[in-house]
Amino acid sequence: MKILVCLKQVPDTETKIKVAADGKSLDPADVKWITSPYDEYALEEALRMKESAGAEVTAATVGDDKAKDILRNAFALGADSAVLIKGDGQGDTLAIASILATYAKDKGFDLILSGNKGIGGDNSAVGPMLAELLGFAQANVVVKLDIADGKFRAEREIEGGTEVVEGALPAVITAQKGLNEPRYASLKGIMAAKKKTIEETEISGHAPATAVSGMALPPARPEGRKLDGDAAAQAKALLDALKNEAKVF
Amino acid sequence: MILVFCELKDGKLRKPSAEALSEGRRLADATGMKLGALTVGATSNGAADAAKHGADVILTCEAPSLASYSSDAFAAVIASAVKAKGATVLLGAATAMGKDALPRAAARLDAGYAGDVTGLSMADGKLQAVRPVYAGKAFSTTAFSSAIQVATTRPNVFAITEKAAAGAVEALAAPAGDFKAIVKEILAKGGGKVDLTEANVIVSGGRGMKSGENFKILEELADALGGVVGASRAAVDAGWGLSHGIQVGQTGKVVSPTLYIAAGISGAIQHLAGMSSSKYIVAINKDPDAPIFKIADYGIVGDLFEVVPELTKAAKAMGIGAHH
Repeated sequence: MKILVCLKQVPDTETKIKVAADGKSLDPADVKWITSPYDEYALEEALRMKESAGAEVTAATVGDDKAKDILRNAFALGADSAVLIKGDGQGDTLAIASILATYAKDKGFDLILSGNKGIGGDNSAVGPMLAELLGFAQANVVVKLDIADGKFRAEREIEGGTEVVEGALPAVITAQKGLNEPRYASLKGIMAAKKKTIEETEISGHAPATAVSGMALPPARPEGRKLDGDAAAQAKALLDALKNEAKVF
Repeated sequence: MILVFCELKDGKLRKPSAEALSEGRRLADATGMKLGALTVGATSNGAADAAKHGADVILTCEAPSLASYSSDAFAAVIASAVKAKGATVLLGAATAMGKDALPRAAARLDAGYAGDVTGLSMADGKLQAVRPVYAGKAFSTTAFSSAIQVATTRPNVFAITEKAAAGAVEALAAPAGDFKAIVKEILAKGGGKVDLTEANVIVSGGRGMKSGENFKILEELADALGGVVGASRAAVDAGWGLSHGIQVGQTGKVVSPTLYIAAGISGAIQHLAGMSSSKYIVAINKDPDAPIFKIADYGIVGDLFEVVPELTKAAKAMGIGAHH
């Protein structure tokens, strides 16, 4: 089975986001870049299928030169091959999906795994778009995945529970936290990864259909107040405030 | 035309769909466009409600084959409805189904997509969206260049308005052929409670709760206030048996309730990213320097194991929960 894992490089969750001078992009100063956390579950799932069923795992990302770091990390964890597709990995989702679709379409992948969203743009769109462009089945926000006889059974998170989706491969499956416990790279893996070759390619896709025209930090919240007294007094003061000041109740 | 994909549940429009439809009506009024509603399923029971929220036209695609959700089938129906009516804007609520079907429909339509938006407007004849990025640490304005623009609306953000319109019903043909994937069964859990992303009141616990059993006091408070229970990543990852489905934060759910009560949560930047657009925030923590107090409207420095039960007692005495 051939598996493609699509990864995205994003700012680390500790990052204090700052808007650049252009008023619409991220100020890159002091930003630490990591593999988007949900993509780690996707890669882990692929690696488990490599171990249990001999699947071949390719890691790919659309990005710039620094995105090679996450591909190096994918090698360290056990990916068989890795490819950097030069392009704007932080940009329009249709453009990114079409680039990935062009890359994937003639390579015979049975399964494409990715995180259910990249914690940058948070659009949760590339997975479903890629599935449509390739004519593949899809299941998103998946917490349990079983593959057998060319078919998949996926449990995906919905409001109030999970729903079981079944379909035939090839498919795009996007991972949710809880799908598995991602492994850590071993020292041996990290060292071996340094010697592996990251393929580089450039593919043009759909022109960006959206563009960010402005970005701003959320408005500062007005300062709050602390409520005094013992627990009972604080409780009463809070409910009075919520009822009469905030008018929540 | 602005076409809004609407979900039906128990013979009614789902609340997030009514919100999206209401916003569609506001955009239609601002631009002189027509508003259409689309329902897809085995039944169109409840679709007529779309007229209450301003739908000029109600498209229904009804067939037994559509009784269970299928991403590819629903996306195909949605895309063909957009093309059939010459709609240039496609909206839907950013629910589990909306986020699954609409991006797929967008790709089918060569259209740009903005997910989980918190604001919409039209600029130069095309949709413009405001949406949270980096889990709400910033908000970006997204402009579209595609002929068709697709967006999903974050639940609990857009006001529901009633503005009666014709709601002329048109039936659409069901898709033929095999579906690539389909829902086989639904495994419900959580006693049918409202999802965190749609809740008005959330009572959330962090590491300070010390155990999963202790979350019972939060459930009691949530019940008394007509809300649901959430948790920080620290609590979910602590091995207390809490479901990831109630995690609020950058790698959990991003919520927008009217009231968010954080008990025993210190306020890590990743947690704040998930709840900072709550209308009112209450923090209960025994550490007066906990970062959460910086964004709380009301802060209680104290022992949550004393304060939370007192809140429940007082809320019941005030009859608060009775009004939801």
